[in-house]
Amino acid sequence: MSEQAEPDTDRPDPDPPDRIRVVLAKLGLDGHDRGIKVVARTLRDAGMEVIYLGLRQTADSIVAAAEQEDADVIGLSMHNAGHLTLAPAMAAALREADLDIPLVIGGIVPDDDVEELRRGGVAAVLGPGASADEVVAAVRAAAGAALPE
Amino acid sequence: MTLRDLSVEDLVDRARSGDRRALGRVLSWIEAGGARADEVTAVTHPLAGDSHVVGITGSPGAGKSTLTGQLVHVLCERGRRPAVLAVDPSSPLTGGAILGDRIRMDDLAGEAAFIRSVATRGHSGGLALSVPGSVRVFDSAGYDPVIIETVGVGQVEVDVVGAADTTVVVVTPGWGDAVQANKAGLLEVADIFVVNKADRPGADDARRDLELMLDLSHVTGAEDPTGRRPPIIMTTATEGRGAPDLWQAIADHAAHLRRTGHLAARQADRLRAEVLNRIDQALEGRARELLDQEDGRTVLDRVVARELSPTAAGRQLIDSMLR
Repeated sequence: MSEQAEPDTDRPDPDPPDRIRVVLAKLGLDGHDRGIKVVARTLRDAGMEVIYLGLRQTADSIVAAAEQEDADVIGLSMHNAGHLTLAPAMAAALREADLDIPLVIGGIVPDDDVEELRRGGVAAVLGPGASADEVVAAVRAAAGAALPE
Repeated sequence: MTLRDLSVEDLVDRARSGDRRALGRVLSWIEAGGARADEVTAVTHPLAGDSHVVGITGSPGAGKSTLTGQLVHVLCERGRRPAVLAVDPSSPLTGGAILGDRIRMDDLAGEAAFIRSVATRGHSGGLALSVPGSVRVFDSAGYDPVIIETVGVGQVEVDVVGAADTTVVVVTPGWGDAVQANKAGLLEVADIFVVNKADRPGADDARRDLELMLDLSHVTGAEDPTGRRPPIIMTTATEGRGAPDLWQAIADHAAHLRRTGHLAARQADRLRAEVLNRIDQALEGRARELLDQEDGRTVLDRVVARELSPTAAGRQLIDSMLR
């Protein structure tokens, strides 16, 4: 190696990136984007880097963005009762692309559906009334980062 | 397969053979800095040097992202494989960032393009270190051109974008008058001007103000030594109008650089600046360490007690660092 390797004091832990990077999107035809904007700001203020894709994304466009951005977590906002179809489809698209990135769903999701979503490959579900702290904690946990005290 | 089990060489190999996920990860390593980033740079440096580097800058809301998206669209249609580093600021308070440039580009970009959102990550000079590293990674993986898109505020951003082979400065109608044009240092780095939102009132005024500024460069002798005058391209990025003209202007500038031998000089300047940044960062790190140690604290205490001037203290500590 021509360059002398300096001791890496800034980053003792090689694997978790120093900033959690989250791709946030809405999948399909669901125009309710107030919630995802609040979540984007919440995650930013918790020190994360949010790659905001916004409305009308497809599973393919989200996979492409997650690859290019080396996302730690993908957050999907769902307010059109399509979650039982779209979330497992997204999880399948990630598996097909061989992308091991946890998927977090937020929005109008009835409690009864949570178990089915978890079985379909969703790491966490944040329903109505989830606090900012709960959102941050769920994303951190999904990213595998240590939860703050 | 998990990427974490791969060596730097293997991952770079994968990235170069078209594995976009591997490329995404290599870019993360560069952004994180440290020993792994240095290793990636050591591996990719001999493989790079062929891509044309384009910097696109301008004030917030000038339409840089949309214009970049249109440019990428034109490039993909012509069979090129462009890469974009879209830089957005990190919050100085929390270090977090909302990176929203993709939203303007994804629909336009072809599948051949690779777009990476980059946060400035506050720490001093971090961007100046990571951007050349990321450009080198794209370059070594065959992406050409590599486009750096950033807001033209802050010295580091201007330095980064000004160090490109071709620097494009985007203004909009109503951005300011000829006086602003003359005092804004940003304009001096432009190889190409774009007046975006050219469908709006005042576009011709903006163009005229730029022409006047360029005329004055001629009068004062501040013009390009080769006599080249930066062209002014009128665009309406939201409709894609002018994007092919912009690409033509960039290609013309690249040809001009090659013809005059300035391309090699620009690349050498860029590498020189990068080496200088490395030295700055390393020395600053050592200086900070020194100030936290017994010796440094003793000297600082004497400065606080007014027994020693800050300049003398600085000299003394530099001497002890370099010994």
